[in-house]
Amino acid sequence: MRNNFLLAVITKISLARLQSDAAKTMPATHTAAKLNRQRLLDWVFLKAAWFFTALVFVLLAALLLSLLIGSWPAMQAFGFDFLFSTQWNPVTEKFGALVPIIGTLVTSLIALSIGVPVSFGIALFLTELSPPWLRRPLGTAIELLAGIPSIIYGMWGLFVFAPFFAKHIQPGMQSTLGEIAGIGFLFEGAVMGIGMLTAGIILAIMVIPFIASVIRDVFEVVPAMLKESAYALGATTWEVIWYVVLPYTKTGVVGGVMLGLGRALGETMAVTFVIGNAHQLHASLFMPGNSIASALANEFTEADGDLYTAALIELGLILFLITFVVLACSKILLLRLKKREGSLS
Amino acid sequence: MMIPIYTRRRIINAINLTFSVLAMAFGLFWLFWILLTLFDKGLDGISVVTFTQMTPSPGDTGGLLNAIAGSLVMVTLATLIGTPIGIMAGTYLAEFSQRGWLAPVTRFVNDILLSAPSIVIGLFVYTVYVAKVGHFSGWAGALALALIVIPVVVRTTEDMLRLIPNSLREAAIALGAPQWKVVTLVTWRASRVGIMTGILLAVARISGETAPLLFTALNNQFWSADMNRPMANLPVVIFQFAMSPYEYWQELAWTGALLITLSVLGLNVAARIFMRKRDF
Repeated sequence: MRNNFLLAVITKISLARLQSDAAKTMPATHTAAKLNRQRLLDWVFLKAAWFFTALVFVLLAALLLSLLIGSWPAMQAFGFDFLFSTQWNPVTEKFGALVPIIGTLVTSLIALSIGVPVSFGIALFLTELSPPWLRRPLGTAIELLAGIPSIIYGMWGLFVFAPFFAKHIQPGMQSTLGEIAGIGFLFEGAVMGIGMLTAGIILAIMVIPFIASVIRDVFEVVPAMLKESAYALGATTWEVIWYVVLPYTKTGVVGGVMLGLGRALGETMAVTFVIGNAHQLHASLFMPGNSIASALANEFTEADGDLYTAALIELGLILFLITFVVLACSKILLLRLKKREGSLS
Repeated sequence: MMIPIYTRRRIINAINLTFSVLAMAFGLFWLFWILLTLFDKGLDGISVVTFTQMTPSPGDTGGLLNAIAGSLVMVTLATLIGTPIGIMAGTYLAEFSQRGWLAPVTRFVNDILLSAPSIVIGLFVYTVYVAKVGHFSGWAGALALALIVIPVVVRTTEDMLRLIPNSLREAAIALGAPQWKVVTLVTWRASRVGIMTGILLAVARISGETAPLLFTALNNQFWSADMNRPMANLPVVIFQFAMSPYEYWQELAWTGALLITLSVLGLNVAARIFMRKRDF
């Protein structure tokens, strides 16, 4: 009934319109032209947006492709041995990526083992303990830590932190941790301030703001009701965090940690300053090493010979693939958290 | 001795919360230490000479004029290249992404680019541009920086556009507005503060980037307005001077470091203040 009535009204209106349009033909064609122009502009706008989106997509493809092509000579020359060889000799043109790969992984692991607990503590402080008026300034201060350019971390690490570390901390570590059987070998050698451990510590400071802000954000999505229920049962603040908030957000937290890991793996300048840049494998964390990014930063512009350049580009490709995998994992985890959030609310 | 369970829980709570406060202090400690060092070592070097003279050769005195100018030029160009691409792509992802395969794929690709190590981006520009032309150049540096700007702008543009309520778009469409007008006059306008914030953050990020410039713009000890030649820039100058054995160079590096940190942190704070008065 209602529909029929509506239909009638609409027909009537459009009829009236047609009649009035017929009455003044000139404006009607004018309107049509205007409409056509708008349609064209719409089409142009959509295509332009599409074009730039496609451009972003093509960029990544080009990036991967150029790295593959650039590293092809090295791949042909060394094959899979490249991944497992510790040699790095520009004179005889024998190259292997094991030292920088291990350096990258070890420094990043040190960074995470310091950075994750601290970030967790910071997020806990910002969401549960801090008085509300302090939350914003403190949160901003931590995020500013992420804003400091990495070259500043490197300079500060080399000129300020490394001497301090060598003088006051490393001897202490050697006389305590170094004496423990089993892990003592990690702290052997001369104290120079620079080395894998220093690089790891600097990286830890750099990833803390990233991990902390993700953890804080996922902590904030926990429904207040859940926490209040736990408090009402008599749980302490820590128990609420540990048994309620953390299980609820664990995928998100892991996603944040992975994000920090991705950042630590690709960090260049800070590490270049303090890692020592030695293509050697040492068990001790006090000794200098090398990471993929710092090998590139140090050697790429000076590399002569196609094979040398290709080997360095292959290093870059490996780094890119490692960060790619880490990022993909973190995205999947964060997506899963989002889905669950949707189903619970 | 058995501690009653109630006391034990309270002790554990106290210990862990103390740890949390300490963690916060730990984080702030580094921030203040680094900033203090920068002011301590860099402030003395700031004078008129810093902004009026070229970078010195070893043993000479000089300033950072060409480095500052080079950085400004490359950052500006990178922003001018990267921003329109980023905004258009972000708009596509937010407004037209219902259609086709391109949007989900690009969203994923963009996230990868967003966290790709910046040195790999430098490597990419080197292989496709520098190696082909045969020399380092200011253009290559600007391109590398633009590649870092794009994903940041795409991401923030998309996020900001998605925050616009659909009723706003529907109202515009109901009034008969064509889609390009809906986007440019309604949604862009409503989210301009957010998009601007994204651009500011992107500028802040590239201002301190060193790694991608090492293989692209390299460095230049002299004044050069020619974008086709190696171009001086603050981060690389800091890197080279800091690693050098000359004391005067190291002092200049600290001055440069202070300048760059202040401008990057200033941009970050500006972006944050800007964000707070978002008008939706």
